[in-house]
Amino acid sequence: MMKASPVDPVDAYLGPAMARVGPEQKAQIAASWGLNRPVPDQFFAWAGNVLSGNLGFSSAYNMPVSRVLADRALASLALTGLAWALSGVLGFALGLLAGATAGRWPDRVIRVYCYTLAATPTFWLAMLTLAVFSVQLGWAPICCAGPIGVLPEDVTLGQRFEHLILPLAVLTAFGVAQIALHTRVKLIEVFESDYVLLARAQGASTWDIVRHHGVRNAGIPALTALFATMGEIIGGSVLAEQVFAWPGLGRATVEAGLKGDVPLLMAIALLTALLVSTGNMIADELTRRIDPRIRAGSR
Amino acid sequence: MASAALLSAILIATVALSSWGLGEAGIRADFAARLLQPSAAHLFGTDQMGRDLLARSMHGLALSLQVGALAAGLSVVIALGVTFVSGFGGIADSLARFVTDLMLAMPHLMLLLLLSFMLGGGTAAVIFAVAVSHWPRLARVLRGELLQVQSASFIETSRALGRSRWFTIRHHILPHLLPQAMVGFLLMFPHAILHEAALTFLGFGLEPSRPAIGVMLSDAMRHIGAGRWWLAVFPGAMLLVLVLSFEVLGSSLRRLASPTEART
Repeated sequence: MMKASPVDPVDAYLGPAMARVGPEQKAQIAASWGLNRPVPDQFFAWAGNVLSGNLGFSSAYNMPVSRVLADRALASLALTGLAWALSGVLGFALGLLAGATAGRWPDRVIRVYCYTLAATPTFWLAMLTLAVFSVQLGWAPICCAGPIGVLPEDVTLGQRFEHLILPLAVLTAFGVAQIALHTRVKLIEVFESDYVLLARAQGASTWDIVRHHGVRNAGIPALTALFATMGEIIGGSVLAEQVFAWPGLGRATVEAGLKGDVPLLMAIALLTALLVSTGNMIADELTRRIDPRIRAGSR
Repeated sequence: MASAALLSAILIATVALSSWGLGEAGIRADFAARLLQPSAAHLFGTDQMGRDLLARSMHGLALSLQVGALAAGLSVVIALGVTFVSGFGGIADSLARFVTDLMLAMPHLMLLLLLSFMLGGGTAAVIFAVAVSHWPRLARVLRGELLQVQSASFIETSRALGRSRWFTIRHHILPHLLPQAMVGFLLMFPHAILHEAALTFLGFGLEPSRPAIGVMLSDAMRHIGAGRWWLAVFPGAMLLVLVLSFEVLGSSLRRLASPTEART
């Protein structure tokens, strides 16, 4: 909670400024939302409400913020969570491959891929995949989380998956880069170590070493990197959800921002900050635990 | 390294020259030539208002460069300011570190959205938002550097010689921080450009009337379903080349500045 707090008072200032309606109406709406009260009052009222579990009312969706979040959290979780997990697994595998072949062509290909993706606008890649796979090839649906004209309840699992696959692929492609680079560096370190020299002397092949020494030693740094990149995946998901019209929290954020829906925006910001700071904390904790000096002390 | 620097220089020169040379003529609307496929006359094709996409992309890149440079520059100034506060040690340092950590807890894009929303969008808002959200990483690096410099013997000598605090900072500490700040600027620059484009794409950034890459891509979004791929492909690809060349330049400079920590 502490981590998110500085954003909130700043945001509370927005309330009165952003209601873009006629002046009289504006005053009416402002009064009904309690926006005519002094800003600190508003903020403390909001903070008090949040602490007691009331997130407020979303003007963009015309329903309580908690309901908007509940409706969309699952869609976001499916997309972002899966992309996050997949990029962890794939990134680790790619990193191992790059580290084991350091300096040779698989390593070069993977590194060029990672650096290029770091410089690619997420939303542009998303648009390209749409243009290629949905429009030109017609393999994947062009938008949303289900066929147009079908109620969300009636969408089958297969259809859901069909719609999920493109955004998932794009987000994963981005998530992979960081993890792969971290894993690669760690694995190269492992290969330079004395125990690998010993293993080599005993006749172990490169893949033996990767299996027995690499996976264990590079695994936790990769996991740490995975938790630390949570924020980037969430940021990327905002863009991907926008391009693919995926009905998740990212799209809700954009909608809330464009329509001046402060309560919703703040709720999402709060949620994200909580998630990301938890992720960072886990990453810090993992780093601390794997530090050999500290580990030696606790044993 | 050298090739990246050369490429960046060539890119900047091309962008500057062409956006200046083509002037407004290149991006004037020509409704007789709407949505043309790429051809010899229009290498990148034309958009929904008949504007040449190549010329418009060049204008967009020029705009990206300006906004990116301003935002990254401002961000470096903020980072230096925070490092300066850190330099007093004790409570000031704890406070500076606390604020830095706080800023790191928010994903960039979310923070950008909030800031730009708060400021009501527009060019100035984007520059400000990008500047405010990108400094913490650099501030961390600079603080580490500062701690090193502060314990150096020449600082003590300077103090013992009766130099004022301000003199010591200006003549002994700042020169040591500047190389890192420069590298920080170069590393931040491509990020600033990317984030500006993303923010603009989402509708929180530059005004839709300006020929920004983000605006062009968000227009292109409406034409993707109709198979007009060139509207999206070319502006984005140009942006990618620009960002990539600066990224390579920045990271090779970082390798020069601090070889040990630059392995990732």
